[in-house]
Amino acid sequence: MDRPHRGPAGPARADGAPVTANLPAVAAGHGTGTIIEARNLVLSFGETPALRGACLTVRRGEIVAVMGPSGSGKSTLLHCLAGILVPDEGEVWFDGQRLDTLSDDRRSALRRDRFGFVFQSGQLVPELAAEENIALPLLLSGARRGPAMTAARKWFGTLGLDGLEQRRSGELSGGQAQRVALARGLVAGPEVLFADEPTGSLDSVSGELVMNLLTDVARERGTTVVLVTHDARVAAYADREVVVRDGKVSTLTGARP
Amino acid sequence: MSVPLTLLGLLERGPSHGYDLKRDYDAYFGRGRPLRYSQVYATLSRLARDGKAVAGPVEQGAGPERRRYVITDVGVADVERWLAEPVPPEPDLQSELFAKVVLALMLDRPADGYLDLQRAAHLQRMRELTELKRDSDPLGVLLADHALYRLEADLRWIDHTAARLDLLARTVRQ
Repeated sequence: MDRPHRGPAGPARADGAPVTANLPAVAAGHGTGTIIEARNLVLSFGETPALRGACLTVRRGEIVAVMGPSGSGKSTLLHCLAGILVPDEGEVWFDGQRLDTLSDDRRSALRRDRFGFVFQSGQLVPELAAEENIALPLLLSGARRGPAMTAARKWFGTLGLDGLEQRRSGELSGGQAQRVALARGLVAGPEVLFADEPTGSLDSVSGELVMNLLTDVARERGTTVVLVTHDARVAAYADREVVVRDGKVSTLTGARP
Repeated sequence: MSVPLTLLGLLERGPSHGYDLKRDYDAYFGRGRPLRYSQVYATLSRLARDGKAVAGPVEQGAGPERRRYVITDVGVADVERWLAEPVPPEPDLQSELFAKVVLALMLDRPADGYLDLQRAAHLQRMRELTELKRDSDPLGVLLADHALYRLEADLRWIDHTAARLDLLARTVRQ
């Protein structure tokens, strides 16, 4: 299934600057529908192999759940796709560009400008108010404070958190904090959102709120989502799932019709 | 659960008497609900009539008359097709899925592949239910959640089983 864009692209950066990393030219012949491709990734931590030839293709605008047992390599795969880790062997392509051969600086720029991240927990800066936490990616990208804060505040209605703009993370419930973290991952209008067990520390009701929000916003904006989860009910929000076993991606996957 | 296909699967291991098939069926799949002899022999007669098994000559002995049954190629194809077909992903499918996994292991068929297919079918149904919840009233959400949690329980069993297939295979082949 080649899912089309489900809405306009994400918002421009708060300072109006184009959100583009300084990257090499696009490789010729790369599939137009593919935004991320992992080719035969191999990665070991010391003597312990984590990936053993993992392959994955993600289409633009798609929400893909990456499942698998503990220690199967699913989080390692996500980190390679996002340019956080560099595989020992294999290739990672993003939007027609080879990602794993870029310098650390260029991969950092890519992560900052074109990717968003949500992790399990403990990711908000405790000294900052909720609205400052959301604005952080914009500020780090060089946006002026005023427009960045304005952009951040617009999220509170969507998040169902009106009135909590000034709360520190310690003053938010787990579910509220995770919704703030989700907004932070999306505020810069990333092309890809990488989410690693985004509901892992939440109860089922809070987890459902976060997943509804995540998928609603992603579908509305056409954001591609790579979602690592061990929870089938979370994976059921995705368009399709892949299963990682022993460092490889199972070829058999299900998909939304 | 399909008794004819389960008996046919047991028969694929090798020629058997109805008595042996009943004994193995009860041991693996009966779980307090053993088959009646009349049901076993009626099923075997139908399988023979449909060309899925062949009944050997009556063996005379001290006890009652006995026949040895042999599975045919048509029967083998039926078993293969049945094993490879995901069970409709409804809650409470354990008995049929359990039977398929055990038979697949007994017959050295790709049980992991069948579990993967079942897993994909389950997640597909869970996606449909999750989508349904978006447009449902609270009671509809409650109902969908009930099905989702039960399907999730099946999925956990599928994953747990997939992780232990080697051990299970050794057990059922003993």
